[in-house]
Amino acid sequence: MRNKYALGGIFLYVIATVYTSYLSFKNIIHPATWNALFWIIMLFASINAISKSFVQDSNGRQLYYYTILKPQMVILSKMVYNAILMIFMSLLCFAFYSIFINYLVQNLPIFLLSLFLGSVGFSSILTMVSAIAAKTNGNFSMMAILSFPMLIPFLITLIKVSKLAVDGIDNSICYPYLLVLILINIVVVGLSYILFPYLWQD
Amino acid sequence: MAAIILVLYTIIAGFLMPVPALPILHESIRNLYFHVTMWFSMVIILAVSVVHGVKFLNKGQRYNDIVSSEAANIGILLGILGTTTGSLWANNTWGAWWVNDAKLNGAAISLLFYFAYLILRSAIPDEDKRGRVSAIYNIFAFTMMLVFIGVLPRMTDSLHPGNGGNPGFGGYDLDGTMKLIFYPAIIGWTLLSVWILSIRVGYKVLIEKIQNN
Repeated sequence: MRNKYALGGIFLYVIATVYTSYLSFKNIIHPATWNALFWIIMLFASINAISKSFVQDSNGRQLYYYTILKPQMVILSKMVYNAILMIFMSLLCFAFYSIFINYLVQNLPIFLLSLFLGSVGFSSILTMVSAIAAKTNGNFSMMAILSFPMLIPFLITLIKVSKLAVDGIDNSICYPYLLVLILINIVVVGLSYILFPYLWQD
Repeated sequence: MAAIILVLYTIIAGFLMPVPALPILHESIRNLYFHVTMWFSMVIILAVSVVHGVKFLNKGQRYNDIVSSEAANIGILLGILGTTTGSLWANNTWGAWWVNDAKLNGAAISLLFYFAYLILRSAIPDEDKRGRVSAIYNIFAFTMMLVFIGVLPRMTDSLHPGNGGNPGFGGYDLDGTMKLIFYPAIIGWTLLSVWILSIRVGYKVLIEKIQNN
């Protein structure tokens, strides 16, 4: 693990955000609000966590990667690393959110599945976008501009399916939404795998 | 030339030819000739943009990058026109300028995608790098647009004709007169945008030639 402080910083960010929402909201009883707030916290935490995954690498390190690795391996390994990070972070966020704010989930397996797919999706979308944004001299607003069109539909689908899970709706109604999430994941990962070599050659 | 004739035909015939008389829709069904056909030709011209983007990634010819970016510009123009005509129609038919509908959200997101594409282009000063990075983003934008406009509205309910249990326009077209205008209209708008594209590309190529001399 190269930079422990970054990892600690992200976890602290999540806990601090959840605690701030606890202080402002006290207790949320309404499922829709509970669900939306949770995913918005997740969205900004993941943007914070992943947006620097290419900018932070120095030119020397990038050159080093370039000489010893295939570009596909670089993007895939970054995605896998970020996905694992995001899964841990989402579970932590969920735990703290349940303790401080409220626990309303009635269909836990589907909710955890949406948490998993959301983490993987956020990490793959944001990793690829951060690779593109890194080419514009690390402009942070660029990251937001480029990633939001991809993130918003994904986030809305996530909110829908996890709202169903919170309300304890039967699994069969949730499947189409989960399928959409998986579809977007596959499209993003596939395109990144094909296109990243072109982005990498400098 | 053919483009002008076809578009004129669309406008004149689209407003004057008889249309099936239906409740709620009434004469607003004529918007089929404008709104729907504009979206069709937008998808076509954006596909041109993507194809040239892929060509640029493979060969690195400046010409392909110019075509790709100009086609995207025209696609954005058609997208804005398509959204405006759709919004006018929605106000008459659904009773609001904008409704929370899967297809409308998809269209808004796609436009957002292409605006981001424009900003991305303006943010990179180096020409070769700009072409490559924006072509990559272009491919993302186009694929996502197909998913958001084409796939998602079919999986969830949409107010649009042809989605979510609503009958498509094919079901309203009783005697085939609408098809007589609908298909030429698609070709007309597409040819018109290709014509604008060729002028803009020629203009950009000339400017580059002058600058290089």
